[in-house]
Amino acid sequence: MVETSPPHVAKPGAEDAARINIVGLSKRYLTPKGEVFTAIHDVTLTVEPGQFCAIVGPTGCGKSTTLAQVSGLEQPSSGSVSVGNHIVDGITNGVSYMFQADALFPWKSVLGNVMIGPLLLGTPKVEATRLAKDWLRRVGLAGFEDRFPHQLSGGMRKRVAMAAALINNPRILLMDEPFGALDVQTKAIMQTELLQLWEELRPSVLFITHDLDEAVALSDRVVIMTSSPGSVKDIFDIDLPRPRGDVQHIRHEQRFLELQGQIWESLKDEVTRAYERSAAVAA
Amino acid sequence: MTAAALRRTVTQAPATNLQLAAHRARVRRTVWIWLGQFFVALFVIGGWQWFTAAGWVDKFFFGQPTGIWNSLVHLFTVGTAFGSIWENLWVTVQEALLGFLLGTGAGVVAGILLGSNRYLASVFGPYIKIVNSVPRIVLGSIFIVAFGLGVFPKVLLAAVLVFFVVFFNAFQGVREVDQNLVANVRVLGASPLQVARHVTIPSAMTWIIASLHTAFGFAIIGALVAEVLGATHGIGLIISQAQGNFDPDTVFACMVITSVFTLLAEYLITLLERSILRWRPPNRSESQAI
Repeated sequence: MVETSPPHVAKPGAEDAARINIVGLSKRYLTPKGEVFTAIHDVTLTVEPGQFCAIVGPTGCGKSTTLAQVSGLEQPSSGSVSVGNHIVDGITNGVSYMFQADALFPWKSVLGNVMIGPLLLGTPKVEATRLAKDWLRRVGLAGFEDRFPHQLSGGMRKRVAMAAALINNPRILLMDEPFGALDVQTKAIMQTELLQLWEELRPSVLFITHDLDEAVALSDRVVIMTSSPGSVKDIFDIDLPRPRGDVQHIRHEQRFLELQGQIWESLKDEVTRAYERSAAVAA
Repeated sequence: MTAAALRRTVTQAPATNLQLAAHRARVRRTVWIWLGQFFVALFVIGGWQWFTAAGWVDKFFFGQPTGIWNSLVHLFTVGTAFGSIWENLWVTVQEALLGFLLGTGAGVVAGILLGSNRYLASVFGPYIKIVNSVPRIVLGSIFIVAFGLGVFPKVLLAAVLVFFVVFFNAFQGVREVDQNLVANVRVLGASPLQVARHVTIPSAMTWIIASLHTAFGFAIIGALVAEVLGATHGIGLIISQAQGNFDPDTVFACMVITSVFTLLAEYLITLLERSILRWRPPNRSESQAI
């Protein structure tokens, strides 16, 4: 592994550039029937530079909508998102996105998929190739450069996506249930590897998940959102020591279980309410 | 020999037997398919020959396989009233190929433009539907009146027929692009042009290439029909001449010649498809080939 001191320790100025400040954020959509649907309402939260923040909430509570506002892919209806000291208006610089469905190009080789980030920034091809090869080695995929995505397993595709997301050394990493579609064992392995890579680069992370265990094991801070329209219900700070090492071992620690219990108390009501609502719609 | 090595040879032996058996089954299957295909041809062509020879079907109207063969020999040895068969075939091939290239190029460009721009799609959408519902083959008459008996009106008619096939596929291909991929490169800072280059065009390529098989058939139809409508050279002219002479054998002979050429072109398109779409999982392109 390459020894790099985390940038936020070296330069306090660079630290602020990675702070995410969400203030009074609301997003409304027009449904095809012409009705106004409020996806999120008055969300306020801060992600400190280099912090790993998880957002947990019931299905359809606007977690992904929140991420889309931070990345600048969508514009808020009211309220604001600022990254560093700049209000987000258009695509934010230095952001990487990781989706649940692996957003890999099926027509590009593994190397081509990882290279795309630096190439879009205008890095020369030789340099981009060198960087991409280095990153493939770091995620344990050296020797798979020429494969196409359909020739890889689900876990390997996630590694490619992870390398592609981290190669530009982003200030901010947005992850939308990245491991949601993986089997339990692969998921645990990928979580551990993500934590290792994150410890090296220390970007600020906004991590969406349904899985409370995953949220507690990975994060410094867990945000619980209410069922639709989504807003912040509770914020928990996770004081498990870092580095956390193997995610599967943390799950058995006493402190983990305490925190998990507390947060579940808060989440339970929302999940029940969301479920009852969808059941009522179905009936 | 150690116990482990012994066990390995024991388990390997049935494996090679299994491979041999599978190989034999494959060969047997292929032979049966070839036999079946041979008998289908024998049944159709032999039946045709038999029925016309026996007089149950009039060979004056429906031709006869031996007559078609004689006609082919005549076309290739003696030639036609309009020069050698090669000369005429080359004219038709040229028209079809140029029309195919022109129509494909225009179709791809228009499809990608309208597919990625909602405003243009809304403005041009109804007009394209109207033009598509017109029996375009009739345009051939207009082209011949306007541009004469040369190669150009044939190219134009072939291009018009090809255009719509390719256009609709390119359009649909652009619309089916995975929005996650677009969002991904946009977050990484891609300009609209880069989104087109890295996502939209490669993704639509699957659709476009699939349409080329059909499109080439249309190019040949366009060229032939325009030649029948009026020409100085070409296979279509030989066909229309033969029709006037009550000579079905020559019409069939021309059909055989064009089919051979189309099969050749089809094979080249399949090669192109394989090399451009080699990233696809193999089972999908196999089912495509059938």
